[in-house]
Order: sequence, then structure tokens, then C-alpha cells
Amino acid sequence: MSEEITITIDDQNIKARRGEKLLWVALDNDIYIPHLCAIKEEGRPNASCRLCFVEIEGLERPVTACTRKVEEGMVVNTRSPRIDRLVKTGFDLLLSDHNLNCRQCPANRNCALQVIAKKRKLKLKRDRFKPVDRKFALDDSPAEFAFDRSRCVLCGQCVWADRVEAEVGAIGFTKRGINRVVTTFNDLPLADSICTECKLCVEACPVGALYYKEDKKA
Amino acid sequence: MQLMEGEKEEILTCVKEVLGENSKTHENLVPILQQVQKRLGYLPALAMDEIAAGLKVPAVDIYGLATFYNQFRLNPPGKHEVKVCMGTACYMTGGDITMESFERRMDINEGETSPDRHYSLERVACVGCCTLAPVAVIDDKVEGKVTPTRVDGIMLTLEEGREETGINEEESGPEEGDGNG
Repeated sequence: MSEEITITIDDQNIKARRGEKLLWVALDNDIYIPHLCAIKEEGRPNASCRLCFVEIEGLERPVTACTRKVEEGMVVNTRSPRIDRLVKTGFDLLLSDHNLNCRQCPANRNCALQVIAKKRKLKLKRDRFKPVDRKFALDDSPAEFAFDRSRCVLCGQCVWADRVEAEVGAIGFTKRGINRVVTTFNDLPLADSICTECKLCVEACPVGALYYKEDKKA
Repeated sequence: MQLMEGEKEEILTCVKEVLGENSKTHENLVPILQQVQKRLGYLPALAMDEIAAGLKVPAVDIYGLATFYNQFRLNPPGKHEVKVCMGTACYMTGGDITMESFERRMDINEGETSPDRHYSLERVACVGCCTLAPVAVIDDKVEGKVTPTRVDGIMLTLEEGREETGINEEESGPEEGDGNG
């Protein structure tokens, strides 16, 4: 497990430990790869955000860096026309049902989508795919935080925090396709569910879906 | 959906029996849900909660699975089951208008059951008679070329024999959950 190996990412030689996931090796060495759903401790990543694509020499197609284990002598490129196109498409699809009212968003300037847009020079606009505005009631039932599903990117960070860090199991994914949503059992408001309001999910949210109410900022 | 008298006991017994007949593993979750639904006609919240406790998984995971697959229904079948076809031909000839008419007349959304369980409304994908589009199936009887006026006629016959329980009026508050998202 701890055997040290050398790989090449964007012409840089990098030392890594065998078995580590490529995404985290790159990020630990200040090489940026966009990502939303990746969780370092997760052994079997969801790979659902489709943003962390890289090219690996010898492989025909781009692969997701979060699922790929590093191997000795691996040669990786984080940018190529194919990758940029895949990432742009994934990003545009995420935005297509995202509430892009950044000015009113509590995560403005502290948002993973804004970071990705800036780093990869992508537009925070919904002009490629038909915008889908899903109607959600704001869940502001918890005392200190609220959940606005119109800003949710379905990355699953909150579900991981809820399950693994908090060991509660109050929230999870339900439904399918464009209707997929993070919610509680029977779609109860969070305060009426088994949620303990530990706020670890709020800390985990990379966008402005789960956020502290104005006066409760940590 | 409010449980009927004696239904709680029925659900608890059913879940207990089904859990007893299957090993309580993740792989058996779908078969367990299928067996419970087969016996109860639907998956009540109470049943999902009990199954979650039995399998030691969060209840929201059971709910997630049940809402992921179309084969599971979360509302009980009504005394009269109305299925509106949304196959290609029916959709193109106005199946959505038929659905809306039923929704309005029954005062429920697609996938829901009226509080007195007189009606349930479902969407289906092709019943195999596209020349009759748009089609609705009412208690296994196929109605072809359905128009909103025809929906009114169908509703008149379905209203017959509906007991004046008053449940409908009492329960006009927001429905739990959301039928079709």
C-alpha cells in the first residue's frame, strides 16, 4: 500500500503512493483538476459529477481521475481538447438545472462552481442546454441552516457527511434522472426528520444549497 | 396517506413475515420491497420504515430505492384505478391533456390516490392500442380517443357509489411528498 512510485502529471514528476487515487495525488501537488463529488476517504467513488477527466497515456479515452489508481510510470495530462470538451459539457449540464442567481446566493465567491468556471475559463451561463427550472420549496425548518434544492448539484458531499461523519442517515438521494434530489425519508422537512442539525452537511456543501441562516454564520 | 383502520397491524405483520422469509441483506432489498408491495398493493411509509429497521439501513435509502424504480408505488391503489397512457402516440395526440383533466377532476396529482381511496391515477407507457390514442385504462377497461369531455363522462360513472365520507374535504391540506417532481 505504501510503496512509493513516480508518475508524471503535466510534465511534472510526482511521487505518490501506490493505490492512491490520481485526483488526490494531483490536488496534493497543486495540480488542479475540477471536481465536485470526489471524497478522499471513499473507496468506491461515485464519479457522478463527470468533471475530473484526465488523459492517461496508453488509454484510448479520457478517464475520471477520482476512480483511477496511480501506477508506476503513469503519464497523465490534465488538459486536452477532448477533456476540455467533456468538462464543458458536464459543467453546462450541471448548470442547466442550477439556480444561477449568484448575487442572491450565500455561497457567492465561495462556490465550487465559480472556482471551476474560473480555473477552466467556463461561462457561468445556461446558454447551451435548455434551462430546466425545478420548483422546490425552501426548507428552512432547521434552526441554524436552510436547504435550497434549486442550488444543489447532487455531489453527495452532504450525504457522505450525514452518513459517515455524523452517522445519522437522515438524508439521501431519491427519485431518478432530472427529478433526482437529496431529501429526507418521505420528503419531510429536515426539522421533522431524524436530522440532528449537526450542520456537518452544511460544512460539506460546496455550493449554496445548504447554508447558514444570516445570523447563524459559523 | 392516512392508514385505514387495522391497516397498521396488517403492514407490521406483512413486513415481519417477509423479513422472516428473506435474509436481511442489501441484495435482498428489492425482492423484499417487491414481496411487500405484492401483498399490500403498495409500499406504505410505515413498511419502508420497518424494512429499514430490519435491514439496519437509513429509511431514506429505502425511500430512495422505492422512488427510483417505477415498479414501486407509494400510494395505495384506489377502488377505481385510472391509468393514462403516455406512450408516443398517446402523448402526441394529447395524453397530457387527458392526464391534466383527470388530475383536475380527481383533485390529485399523477401517481397519487384520493384520500378516501376511491381513485388512484397513474401514468403508463403504451397499453398496446395506439390507433385509439389518446388512451386511458379505467379498471382494466380501455377508453380510446379520450377528450376532456369524455373524462367528465368517465368521472360521472366513477363517482357512482362513492361514499360521502367527508375525508376529502378534511384532508385538503398539502399532500405529503410530490407525485411526479
